[in-house]
Amino acid sequence: MDSTGVIIAFYVLAAMTIGSALAVVVVRNLIHAVIALIGTFAGLAGLYVTLSADFIAITQILIYIGAISILFLFAIVLTPRSGRGNQESFLRFPALVLALLVGTVLVYVAVDTQWNLSHAPDFPETASLIGELLLKTYVLPFEIASVLLLAAVLGSIILVRPEPVEED
Amino acid sequence: MSIHLEHYLIVGAVLFSIGLYLALAKRNFVGVLMGIEMMFNAVNLTFIAFSRFVQSDQPLAGHVFVVFVITVAAAEAATALALAVMVYRTRDTVNVDEIDLLKW
Repeated sequence: MDSTGVIIAFYVLAAMTIGSALAVVVVRNLIHAVIALIGTFAGLAGLYVTLSADFIAITQILIYIGAISILFLFAIVLTPRSGRGNQESFLRFPALVLALLVGTVLVYVAVDTQWNLSHAPDFPETASLIGELLLKTYVLPFEIASVLLLAAVLGSIILVRPEPVEED
Repeated sequence: MSIHLEHYLIVGAVLFSIGLYLALAKRNFVGVLMGIEMMFNAVNLTFIAFSRFVQSDQPLAGHVFVVFVITVAAAEAATALALAVMVYRTRDTVNVDEIDLLKW
């Protein structure tokens, strides 16, 4: 983590991530907010690459940028009469205070703690190792996750299905 | 000058606070969901950073946890957006401060 390229990449990607996260807060149009959110997800994918997490970086791009952002766009265009505004509710100031407090505490803990660091080199590649772990050590959570996805898909379909027409 | 664990943790903490603010303060339900997804992402970044830097006999367990977090986040996003569409059908709005049927 000492080479100049990694240092520049980290600062550029961190600025991109935090900057677009702040843009999600301040832009006044929800569609623009989703676009800024895509910037946050892309910056995070880059940060995962600097942490040598190749599989997670690709997953981040496929699932967050490819699927979840599109879901957000669909939800916005399917609710047109509700408006595209991105205003704050009456909870703006308590939320700001709470978010600042939580952020301060987390940053203080991150800086103050003596972490038990290792000096292992970067992972050469992670996809096959993650696959092995998923099908050996973590096979039960893996199966439960598939059941959860099935339940979520069925639930979403049933929720948004149009009302069946009554036939007498 | 080099990049350490703390740098990633600070990025994660800032991202988590921004997500918390979004989830608590936005009026539109989709904005609230964006905040929740942002908090998931901040936690994922923290997991990956710990997985890379901290001593452990199973250094890739953090990556596996992130895979599960992404799975649950995808399921949550699909269900929550379906709920938003359903609320919109009955109430014609997805502003969280106008959805107050249970308020006395």
